[in-house]
Amino acid sequence: MNKLLNTITSLKQQLRVAHLRHNLTVIAGRGAQEGGKAEAPHPFRVIVDKEITDHVRSWRFIILLSLILLTCFGSLYISISNFSKAIKPDDPDGAFFFLKLFTASDGTMPPFHVLMGFLGPLLGISLGFDAINSEQHSGTLSRILSQPIHRDYLINAKFAASLTVISVLFFALGFLVMGLGLIIIGIPPTPGEFMRVVFFILLNILHVAFWLNLSILFSVLLRQPATSALAAIAVWLFFSIFYQLIIKLIAQAFMPSQMAPPEAVIKYQELILNLLRIVPTQLYSDATVTLLMPSVRSLGPLTMEQVYGAIPSPLPLSQSLLIVWPQLTGLIAATVLCFAISYYSFMRREIRSR
Amino acid sequence: MSENIIALTGLTKAYGSLKAVDGLNLYIKKGEVFGLLGPNGAGKSTTILMMLGLTEPTAGSVAVCGIDSTKHPIEVKRRVGYLPDEVGFYENRSGLENLLYTARLNRVPAEEAAVRATRLLQRVGLYDVKDKKTRTYSRGMRQRLGLADVLIKQPEVIILDEPTLGIDPTGVREFLDLIVQLSREEKITVLLSSHHLHQVQQVCDRVGIFVGGKLLAEGDIPTLSGILFEGEPYTIEAGVAVSVADPSKPDSTSPLIVHLQQQLVETKGVRSVLYDNGLFRIGCTHDAASLIASAIVGAGLGLTHLSRKAYGLDDIYNRYFEGSTSYEQAS
Repeated sequence: MNKLLNTITSLKQQLRVAHLRHNLTVIAGRGAQEGGKAEAPHPFRVIVDKEITDHVRSWRFIILLSLILLTCFGSLYISISNFSKAIKPDDPDGAFFFLKLFTASDGTMPPFHVLMGFLGPLLGISLGFDAINSEQHSGTLSRILSQPIHRDYLINAKFAASLTVISVLFFALGFLVMGLGLIIIGIPPTPGEFMRVVFFILLNILHVAFWLNLSILFSVLLRQPATSALAAIAVWLFFSIFYQLIIKLIAQAFMPSQMAPPEAVIKYQELILNLLRIVPTQLYSDATVTLLMPSVRSLGPLTMEQVYGAIPSPLPLSQSLLIVWPQLTGLIAATVLCFAISYYSFMRREIRSR
Repeated sequence: MSENIIALTGLTKAYGSLKAVDGLNLYIKKGEVFGLLGPNGAGKSTTILMMLGLTEPTAGSVAVCGIDSTKHPIEVKRRVGYLPDEVGFYENRSGLENLLYTARLNRVPAEEAAVRATRLLQRVGLYDVKDKKTRTYSRGMRQRLGLADVLIKQPEVIILDEPTLGIDPTGVREFLDLIVQLSREEKITVLLSSHHLHQVQQVCDRVGIFVGGKLLAEGDIPTLSGILFEGEPYTIEAGVAVSVADPSKPDSTSPLIVHLQQQLVETKGVRSVLYDNGLFRIGCTHDAASLIASAIVGAGLGLTHLSRKAYGLDDIYNRYFEGSTSYEQAS
């Protein structure tokens, strides 16, 4: 307990120092402005700043933050109380104590990475579903767009602001969980583990960025914020519940016979897996599992020849990253696609006052 | 031609088969207060959107301050302030914060912006409520904040789309006075769109009448009435009663009225005579009031009132919008 208090006091001191430093830079910046030609910040910066302030001040964000904090501490509690059980002598991941913080669970509550896969879409949708249509609704859109700014500044800035908020939030939470875990279990992470967690956080951000872009797309296409929120949630539900059902049906229909040659079975399994991977959440969970469980060597079926002679040892980080590379590219592509569509339809749109 | 700060040439905007704006030619001079008058759905807002590059014209060209709005909207928007018909503000921010945000978007340095915002808030009478959230503002206050918001970038032209919609009469009066004052002091060109003719009449140097995507007429108010009521600059209204003792209104088919109508038409200077429900409407080339009065009294009818009318925008408006069919027939 004392240890914890000490850390908190030292954190507070650090914050104070950071605050002072910030003030100093502000003053210095002002001095520079007065010295040179008075230069106002770029409009893009101005919009991003404003959007971030709006997010942080909003009730919506506070609710989401408390939800995610609860998730964090809940899963941290579960994983720590099951920590001793989670480490088994014959477990190839056994050496990675620290990653167990993010993956261990006793079944009462899903582990951290599964929860984040579930909450991520919610976070993304709720930060973006009213990005454009609420501005249109309150009559601010035409006023802002009649200022000398490019039209894409607004949509880019909205995306950048939400992404900044999400990134800061996830890094803070990730490091918080790591820090608390460090204090409680007392085992420092290896550099490899640390990097894995950093990549895991980046992956979370990317995953939320996809859902954020999808909801921004709906906010451009649909005029009512409620409708666009509903549409985004519908997509999310479809992908997380119904899509699996549909794939199961397809899988049963195309199931090869018992007599089929092994190539056909492998092909069939790969087809089903690839169909499942259309869903961004599936991509995300594939990638997180690989990153957080270094013993995962492949995300598809392996033949006997491939497994033969392999030692069941964990992969180095670079190899794990290589395995998830297609997943990462897929997620980025989906995000960019959503953004491109919303960009296109927003740029061509006629801006009426209400 | 450099005098024309706004020049619209052959401007057309079509939504499918519907032409919202149809071959519009309009030139507005620097420092002018121009009123774009037309009923709802005439294409006023669409025209304004095209001037700001917020929508693309189907054909024709728009030049504001000599810059093509379609190709270089940013340059135009730097010089033009636009107040949309239903202006909105960020409701969880104060009036001052909203103004400063606009100033920052226009890259006005922070200190300069604060000075301008304070001055403008005093000017539009919102200085006392500058730190209140804009959601608490009334419609009139919003509109005045909108005007401050338009002016904070120190524009050369301001475009106001239905600025007086939904404000009470005294508010309208103050608001319009403010616009005129500002335009005179700062030499700002003002384009004001409205379907409210009285307000346009109060403040505008020149008026364009805009119906069905076409500009039907433009000019100052005497010119307009001159064009429209060619040869009939005076209208005399005479209310009649059956007799001096009986105040009821005579029927239009009664022989007395028919006879009097005939008599009036033959009077010198009278061009047209209309009778409807106890009221004569007589168009004349000169002031024939006394002749008309004596004719009515001579016919044995009671004269309840007699009034001479010069034409205002009201009549111009009626002529175009309400009596649009008769206008089309005439032309």
